[in-house]
Amino acid sequence: MSEEKGNKKKESILTEELKVVNIGISTFADDLRSQNVEVVHVDWKPPAGGDVEMLRLLEKLGL
Amino acid sequence: MITRVIVKKSTYRDSISLMKISNSISKLPGITQAAVVMATELNRRVLSEAGFVDAAIGRASTSDMIVAIEAKEASSLDAALAETERLLSPAEKTTGEKAPPTSLEEALKLVPDANLAVISVPGQFAKREAMQALSKGLNVFLFSSNVSREEEVELKHAAKEKGLLLMGPDCGTSIVNHKVLGFGNAIREGTIGLISASGTGLQEVTTLIHKAGLGISQAIGTGGGDLSEEVGGITMIQGFELLEEDEQTKVIVLISKPPSLGTMEKVLEVARRSRKPVVVNFLGADVDPSMLGKLRQASTLDDATRVACELAGVKLGGAAPVIPKETMAIALAEHKKLARSQQYVRGLFSGGTLCYESEIVLQPLLGEVFSNAPIKAENKVRGDAPSKKHSCIDMGAEEFVEGRAHPMIDFSLRNKRILQEARDPETAVILIDVELGYGSNADPAGQLVPVIQEAKALAKEAGRHLSVVASVVGTEGDFQGLANQEKALSEAEVLIMPSNAQAARVSALIAAGEKIEPAILGRSN
Repeated sequence: MSEEKGNKKKESILTEELKVVNIGISTFADDLRSQNVEVVHVDWKPPAGGDVEMLRLLEKLGL
Repeated sequence: MITRVIVKKSTYRDSISLMKISNSISKLPGITQAAVVMATELNRRVLSEAGFVDAAIGRASTSDMIVAIEAKEASSLDAALAETERLLSPAEKTTGEKAPPTSLEEALKLVPDANLAVISVPGQFAKREAMQALSKGLNVFLFSSNVSREEEVELKHAAKEKGLLLMGPDCGTSIVNHKVLGFGNAIREGTIGLISASGTGLQEVTTLIHKAGLGISQAIGTGGGDLSEEVGGITMIQGFELLEEDEQTKVIVLISKPPSLGTMEKVLEVARRSRKPVVVNFLGADVDPSMLGKLRQASTLDDATRVACELAGVKLGGAAPVIPKETMAIALAEHKKLARSQQYVRGLFSGGTLCYESEIVLQPLLGEVFSNAPIKAENKVRGDAPSKKHSCIDMGAEEFVEGRAHPMIDFSLRNKRILQEARDPETAVILIDVELGYGSNADPAGQLVPVIQEAKALAKEAGRHLSVVASVVGTEGDFQGLANQEKALSEAEVLIMPSNAQAARVSALIAAGEKIEPAILGRSN
C-alpha cells in the first residue's frame, strides 16, 4: 500500500487537506487543531524503555 | 532551605509538558525553585548550577526523569511533590473516552488517510519514527534535532524514493497549505513561495512579507542540514519542483545559511531552469555570478523580502535599508550615555539564523564577532563561556536544547545570560530576537520585561547605561498580539526595530557611535 499511497501524495501535499499524526510534543497537536487541521496525537514513550543500545539491537532484529 | 531530588527511572514526558509542570510547581507557596526535567547532560548541569547537589543526579541516564525541588519548609516540599505526582499522572478519562493511541499504527486506524507525520521525539529515536511514517506513505515534518547527518541522508533518500517530502530534521517551521507546522506565524495568503533551510529565517521573511502587505503560497522548511554536501539539497530541490508546479506560487524564495559548494551548484542549477522569478538568500555565501544567471541574490533576510515583494509587484523603497533619521538620532543618543568601558554588542538569540544574520551585519561594521555559530571558524567560542568582545550566541543551538524546550518557549537560560551580560562592564548593547506565533511562548514580553528591567538596574547601580535592542518576529494575527508585545517591550525601554538586520545595524551604531555612521548609511545590504 505504501508505494501506491506514496506516489499519490507527491501530487498532493501542497494541495490536499492536511491530516496529521503528531508524535512527540503535544502542543504541536493543539496548535494544528486550533487551525482546524484533523490531527491524532500519539501518546509516545521511548521504545525499549529508552535504552538506546537495546533499541539498536531490536532494530537489527527487525522488531 | 531544604531540597529534595527524586529520579524516576525510565519515565518520559516531552520537554514542553515538563517545562509547564516545572513552572506550576515553582509557583506553589513556599517553593523557591523547582525543575522537572529529563536527565540529559545539559539538564543535569543546569540543576547543578542551580544548587541541586545529589549523587542520584549524576547516576541518572537520559531516559530518566529528575524532579528537583527547593522549599522553605518540609510541608511546602511535601505538598509540591504530591502536586508533581498529580501533574505527571495521566489525565483522568471521562466515561467512554478511549485511551489515546501509543503508536503510529494505532493512530492510523483513527485517521487512515493521514498524509503527514509531525515528529518531535528526542533525536536518538527520531529516525525510527520518521522511517516508520515514510513506510506508511506519510510525508514527514521532523522537528527533532540531534539526528546524525547519516540518518538524515538515509531518511531523505527513502522519502525521495517514495515521492514523499521529509522536512527536517531540526525543522522548526513550515507553512503547508496555509497551516503552520511547528513554530510559525499567521501569514496572509499570497503568491510568494519559500523554501528554507532555516526556521527563524523563514519566520522572519514570511512575517516581513506579511507586514509589507503581501502574502505567501507555501513555506517549506528543509531542516538546517539539507544543503550540506552529504544531503545535497534533496528536500530543497523536491520543494522547488513542487513550487514550480504550484499554480498559486508566482515567485520563489530560497533561504539558507551558506550551503556547501557542490550542493549550492546543484540547487542553483535547478533554480536557473525555473519558469518563475527566484530570489536566492544564502546568508554569507560567496555565490559566483555565473551560478546565478537570471536569479536575484539578496544578502540579508530583509533584503530578500524587498526583492521578493518587488518581483511579486510591490516596490518597497530603495535598495539600501536606510535607518530612519529619528532612529539614527536615538541610537547616537544611546551611544553618548555609555561608559568608557562599554564597547561591545552582545547578541543573545533564540533564532539560529537571526544570530548568523546579525554576525553578517555586525562584522563589517564592528570587526570580529565571536559566536558558538560563527561566520568564520576561527571566531568560534563555547556557547556557555563568558562573552568575548562582540558576541552573538545562538541559544537555540543543540547544546542548549537537549531535553529542554526551545528558547522561544523556555526563556530561562537566555534570561540568565541577559543578566550575566548586564553585569559585564564591557557590554554596551544587548541585542535580542523575539518570536511570536504558534509554538512560541504565550507572552514573550512578559518573560523578558522583568529581566530587562533587572538588567538595566544592575548596570545603573554600577554607573552604566545598558541599551537593549530587539526585533519582534510576528504579525498582528499571532495569538500573542504583535502590538501588545512591542508596546510592553518599548515601555521597558527596549528599542524595537522592524527587522533583525536593522536591529543589528542599530546595535552597531549604539556601540560604536558616529564613526560607523557613514558605513551604515553607505551600505547597500
